[in-house]
Amino acid sequence: MLARIFHMLVKEFLQLRRDRYARIRLIVPPLIQMVMFGYAATFEVHSVATVLLDRDNSQESRDLVSRFTASGRFEVIAIARDEIELATLVDHGQATIGVQIHPGFAQQLRKGVTAPVQLIVDGTNSNTALIALGYVNRIAAAFASEYANDSVARLAPARLRLIPNVELEERPWYNPGFESRWFFVPGVIGSLMLVITVNLTAFAVVREREVGTLEQVMVSPIRPIEFILGKTLPSFLVGLAVATLITLVGTLWFQVPFRGNPLVLFLGVSLFLGCTLSMGLLISTLCTTQQQAFALSFFVLMPGFTLSGFSFPIASMPTVMQWLTYLNPLRYLLVVLRGTFLKGVGLGVLWPQMLAMAAIAATVLSVSVFRFRKSLD
Amino acid sequence: MNLGRVAAITRKEFLQVRRDPRSLLIALFMPVMLLGLLGYGVRLDAKHVPVYVFDRDGSQDSQALLKRFQASEYFQLARVVDNYGEIVAAIDANRCKLGLVVPPDFARRLRDGGRVAVQAIVDATDDNTANLAIGYATAVVSGFSQDVQLDWMRRQGLPDRSAAPPLSIEFRTWYNEELESRNFIIPGVVALVMTLVGALLSSLTIAREWERGTMEQLVSTPVTAREIMVGKLIPYFLIGLVDAAFCVVIGIFWFQVPFRGTVATLFVATALFLVVVLGIGFMISVAIPNQLGASSIAILVTLLPTNMLSGFAFPIDQMPAPIRAVTYLVWGRYYVTILKAVFLKGSGLRALAGPLFALIVYAIVVGTLATRAFRKTLT
Repeated sequence: MLARIFHMLVKEFLQLRRDRYARIRLIVPPLIQMVMFGYAATFEVHSVATVLLDRDNSQESRDLVSRFTASGRFEVIAIARDEIELATLVDHGQATIGVQIHPGFAQQLRKGVTAPVQLIVDGTNSNTALIALGYVNRIAAAFASEYANDSVARLAPARLRLIPNVELEERPWYNPGFESRWFFVPGVIGSLMLVITVNLTAFAVVREREVGTLEQVMVSPIRPIEFILGKTLPSFLVGLAVATLITLVGTLWFQVPFRGNPLVLFLGVSLFLGCTLSMGLLISTLCTTQQQAFALSFFVLMPGFTLSGFSFPIASMPTVMQWLTYLNPLRYLLVVLRGTFLKGVGLGVLWPQMLAMAAIAATVLSVSVFRFRKSLD
Repeated sequence: MNLGRVAAITRKEFLQVRRDPRSLLIALFMPVMLLGLLGYGVRLDAKHVPVYVFDRDGSQDSQALLKRFQASEYFQLARVVDNYGEIVAAIDANRCKLGLVVPPDFARRLRDGGRVAVQAIVDATDDNTANLAIGYATAVVSGFSQDVQLDWMRRQGLPDRSAAPPLSIEFRTWYNEELESRNFIIPGVVALVMTLVGALLSSLTIAREWERGTMEQLVSTPVTAREIMVGKLIPYFLIGLVDAAFCVVIGIFWFQVPFRGTVATLFVATALFLVVVLGIGFMISVAIPNQLGASSIAILVTLLPTNMLSGFAFPIDQMPAPIRAVTYLVWGRYYVTILKAVFLKGSGLRALAGPLFALIVYAIVVGTLATRAFRKTLT
């Protein structure tokens, strides 16, 4: 039996090597995706393009302005002369936020009336806008708190150290630099394995059917289970190779930490491959030509990719979509990937994900083997 | 160019699309699927972030602070625990995103004065959600702090300068007033749909003739290479326009995305973009005489850059400089810019002259290259 499977393996790899487009499909996407998700995919907001308009020009207003310039979060691209200039810069998309300090700002502060500061935010990119608003809030809070301290210092210096002040001491765990790269690069392993192995398996079987060599295989002494193993093992090995490659590039080149146990990752990846190979097999039983398989897998992979938490958080999705994600093996693998890379957790925490993937793999595999046997008759 | 012959080719291509279930699936079902998935599935804002609380003080003051978290729509107090380890375990197992630890002498230190820190342990694995959550938490805590300070000044008999906080930020959000992720994503989906429909369908045109062996017949007819190209692409141009209209209508009426520009601007940009995408799909089809290879290369060449480097989801101005330079080569970048501006800002042709000009240049270059690429030969 092992010898027959081995011969199947050799044949599959030969076929893979001779198919030019399959080679491109295998090699180019991992490289491109790696570079793009390592460098281009970022929800981080390092610097918010800002235009300032200080119509008060007092010591207080200048203090506020200097807080924006000094924070490192805002890149002041212009000091506007009037409101129109401020509005134009935001309108043309050159500035994401426009801060306007009205005349009388210092006076209001001294009188103890709330001094309004106007902030115009370009909401086109809602996420950047939200994060920018968070930065502005932090500056405003610091300004307000220090101003209160200052007034106490002036009025009753002896009591200054008595003024209570509550602060938030943030402890961002696992990704202290808030690097999007750390979030995306481990995920790329999952998304690439999904696309590559589902397609590879589906095509490997459908090709035989399309070219008409399936009959030849059937008359050979090979048993269906050996045939399936021979068809899926190459994809399994390719999947492992992809995972290893990206793990190496991610940790060595992109400096993403790997804090967990490689064996846990290996188990997760293997279970996930169990799911994707069965999915590929199932697709192959539903199609007679490679093009049909291509189209069908596209319609399966697209939702699989979007509804996984790869880039968009599942917790923010509508409830029905959240339910759908439970059927998606990529959802579980992503937890395993981020758990082993960033959190360094082991099976004690990740066992539900492993179990879920095993269950999905077992279910899809039995359905596809059943259908496969039927399609041979 | 003979218009009669072009019309004949167009008619033949239309018939072929109608009889090819896969093309129909791509043209009709895919826009619906993409709109549904991305319109509903993509939300980057964080609401009801699950919070675990470890209140080591248990005083009235600490409860007052926690009540503010409870009242905020951004947080959801999932559980109150009585040791640090439970917070760690919960964050490890993704049961909570934020763990608040109130120090044991919180109330006493508030009375004595000075700084008191409330610890916020944030799961930063998902850096974006973490960043938003910290922003919200800071706002809650600094609001609390301000009130405590004002209260203290009043009790000390200091002129508290009225009970008002010294500073208020008046937000005015332009273009996307509610900061809805949907308003930001849906216009870009039009570009994704155009890219997929245009490039995928047109990449099959020539390859199909080769695969079915009808190329010989086509070559033996008097029709010229340019007529074949134009005739073959017209159906996909029309399908693309219909799909664009469909996406825009669903976006406006179903997803309630504001549409502030003019249909004319959108039409001009969409037509130009389609010329580019169809031209590229056609060139791929000429280069690869195999439908499967052609369509997978088409997805790789067109969809990936439009998805990642067009500003569709990831802001271009935050990318590192070399990648930002590359985005200028991505035709999708210009179309996505135009789409967002037309939908949300209501920009007209003049304001969009820059990106429109880039699309025109692309259309001319790609159009010329595509006409040159295809020759009526059998070798």
